[in-house]
Amino acid sequence: MEAAYPKMYLYRRLVQAKLFIDAHYAEAIDLDLIADEAAFSKFHFLKLFKSAYGRTPHQYLIHVRLQKALGLLDGDLAVSEVCYAVGFESVGSFSLLFKRVHGCTPTACLAGRRAFRTAATTAPLQFVPACFATRNGWLAENI
Amino acid sequence: MISHLTHTSIMVIDLDRAHDFYVNKLGFKPVLDVPMPQGGRWVTVSPPGQPGLEIVLSPVDNRSYGPERVTLLTDMIREGAFGIAVFTSADIYATYEELSAKGVVFKKPPTKEFYGLEAIFLDDSGNWFSLAQITPSV
Repeated sequence: MEAAYPKMYLYRRLVQAKLFIDAHYAEAIDLDLIADEAAFSKFHFLKLFKSAYGRTPHQYLIHVRLQKALGLLDGDLAVSEVCYAVGFESVGSFSLLFKRVHGCTPTACLAGRRAFRTAATTAPLQFVPACFATRNGWLAENI
Repeated sequence: MISHLTHTSIMVIDLDRAHDFYVNKLGFKPVLDVPMPQGGRWVTVSPPGQPGLEIVLSPVDNRSYGPERVTLLTDMIREGAFGIAVFTSADIYATYEELSAKGVVFKKPPTKEFYGLEAIFLDDSGNWFSLAQITPSV
């Protein structure tokens, strides 16, 4: 559905910039390149982006990389592989930032995720409230 | 005394498609996707700002509802019979443009209401949701 509202064209360019970061987070992109994609001046782009998303474009890029890293720790990659796969160049910097945001080091998180996968396989019902488990036929009714 | 809401469920027509919609289009966090030995999966997602709230994606299937109800419920969902929830955004225009760019269908664009701005969108099954940006009251 098409809509007209104040600053519509600005919002569209801003969103395109955010989606560019979402798609290219693992590459060596910088603010000038992102602002170019949105056809903004760097200063104007930074101000509008922060107003819309609560983070500067650089902060948002780091946020996306760390979220993607969390997802990759569910797989079989080593921590260093995850670090480089999401666009970080230093395992040390990556680990520090990861811990600051997610509350545990990538290594600890990786161990936690593996333990979770084992538990999900061996005792899946521990993750499901009894009412839902009964409703879905995973638990005999006890009423 | 009741203190929090921790789980709620949304009936969906196709579980994999719904999971893709909520995670990759709406930006929700995938929380659990646990296959059950008896069949079926326990799949939950969370809005990014509410990690303590799990939304259960509940497929309308024969094992849970029986064939007659599956047909009835599927038709009702597709016809938009179920308005599920209100989601909020700090910037509704940015969210509207992003979700539209990702293919989310809006029944109503951001529109001024007495409490702020509201848009209405559909999920991939046909459930509808309000997306609101609430104006703080003075």
